[in-house]
Amino acid sequence: MAERVAPVATDLSGPSRGAGGRTDPADLAELARRYGLGVSGARPRLGAYVREVWGRRHFIVTFASSKLAAQYTTARLGQLWQVVTPLVNAAVYFLIFGVLLGTHRGIPNYIAYLCVGVFVFNFTQQAVQSGTRSIPGNLTLIRALHFPRACLPVAATISQLQQLVLSMVVLAGIVLVTGEPLTWRWFLVVPAVLLQSVFNAGLVMIVARLAAKTTDLSQLVPFVMRIWMYASGVFYSTSLVSDHAPGIVTTALNVNPAYVFISLTRHALMTSVQGDNLPHHLWLKALAWALVVGVGGFVYFWKAEEEYGRG
Amino acid sequence: MAEDPTVIVDDVHIVYRVYGATGSRNSPTAAFSRIVRRRRPPSMREVHAVKGVSLVARKGEAIGLVGSNGSGKSTLLRAIAGLLPPHRGRVYTNGQPSLLGVNAALMNDLTGERNVVLGCLAMGMTPAQVKQNYQQIVDFSGINERGDFISLPMRTYSSGMAARLRFSIAAAKTHDVLLIDEALATGDAAFQRRSEERVRELRGQAGTVFVVSHQNKTIRDMCERTIWLEAGVIRMDGPTADVVAAYEDFSGKRT
Repeated sequence: MAERVAPVATDLSGPSRGAGGRTDPADLAELARRYGLGVSGARPRLGAYVREVWGRRHFIVTFASSKLAAQYTTARLGQLWQVVTPLVNAAVYFLIFGVLLGTHRGIPNYIAYLCVGVFVFNFTQQAVQSGTRSIPGNLTLIRALHFPRACLPVAATISQLQQLVLSMVVLAGIVLVTGEPLTWRWFLVVPAVLLQSVFNAGLVMIVARLAAKTTDLSQLVPFVMRIWMYASGVFYSTSLVSDHAPGIVTTALNVNPAYVFISLTRHALMTSVQGDNLPHHLWLKALAWALVVGVGGFVYFWKAEEEYGRG
Repeated sequence: MAEDPTVIVDDVHIVYRVYGATGSRNSPTAAFSRIVRRRRPPSMREVHAVKGVSLVARKGEAIGLVGSNGSGKSTLLRAIAGLLPPHRGRVYTNGQPSLLGVNAALMNDLTGERNVVLGCLAMGMTPAQVKQNYQQIVDFSGINERGDFISLPMRTYSSGMAARLRFSIAAAKTHDVLLIDEALATGDAAFQRRSEERVRELRGQAGTVFVVSHQNKTIRDMCERTIWLEAGVIRMDGPTADVVAAYEDFSGKRT
């Protein structure tokens, strides 16, 4: 009696089972089709997915600012770290590259030049690094609630954007103190940062999908990012390299999206950085990078939408 | 004639991949020789949690799920909710099922207040709806009964308090298909009474309800039909009285 083992649904006298009863797999799929049931957790079409993400925009923004606030809750100085961290960062690079190694040759206002580079690159770097954690770090949330998963990498980007806006205030102070005049060109920072944000969001979504599958990636990303930084003219002028390097290297340096975004911001904030020292077609390149990586990253992330819950 | 089906589970298998389940040797040299010999790391193990479950749930049904710990009940619910992709097989549902569970983790570093807002927004509420529901959620959870705890970070909450808040957030919305995972067992007696009432209300509005519980009384009170899962397979599926009796016999015999 105790070990009474009944196979699946042999008991047809149940109160609410009738027409179905004992069913084989082919029947079940057919039954689902007949009553118009959808596959649970199926990936929506791209258009519907975009609308879903847009519908959660309030969630994305709230999540982003909460994440940023939560980052410093246990520190005594609290939110002050949002400003102090980039400052310390710039000081370290100034000490190493400005004072010790002297890579400032040919750059009139090196402190401002360096700080813009560090702050702008830091935006991409931090966004990518938080992207590697945006799926594994929120697995409990993913397994508990329904929302388009692209919200998480987008929120990670916006969180870093909010951080950047604060850094920009600090940066404006540094640039003014080092003797740059305040000009109308400063407004060009806004479209430059927006294009970079779209580019970053795409990149973060690519990294987020890869890191969701390959957990080892988060160990590797810091090194990749550091190499990228050294190749992006953060603390030197690429014109220094192009004098004696083969043409292909110069081209690669000038197409590098990080260098493109850094140059745009430098050109906007600093009159000492002349247009003829910069790579050509900067805005065009920035727009192309933002569109290709932004849209491509979104589509790439969406393609694995139903996979993200798996551990 | 039977009611329309709302949930169809078609031969579902679920496999968890677990990393960091350390085997015997896990030194760098051992890892290297594994890569050279193209073997899978021992630190990755596959756990076959649900093995070929099929069932049809219909409109207006309340279905209980019983079974020992680790038998795959919660995993099956997550698969029905579409939160955990099945390894093999399909789950078909009418609309979007919602999981009400104590495991619905939120963000521990944030205040209870922030978590309420975030949870509601993630479920798809508009900011206006969140504002409207906020006080009700806090009152229902009873977090603020002894002082202003809602403005403290979640990590400072006791496990009972955290579970109450999570349940309250999830219960703020009405659902077509409702999956309740042990949510009724959390909190003190007063909260349990409140939450059982709320579940009854939700059940009235929802099409179909699944309940996972280790309290057989809850299952008997709420469900007409019960499924007994053991080690990832269905052992029995039928009227609650029969199934729960058989399950009680089974678990009584093991102790």
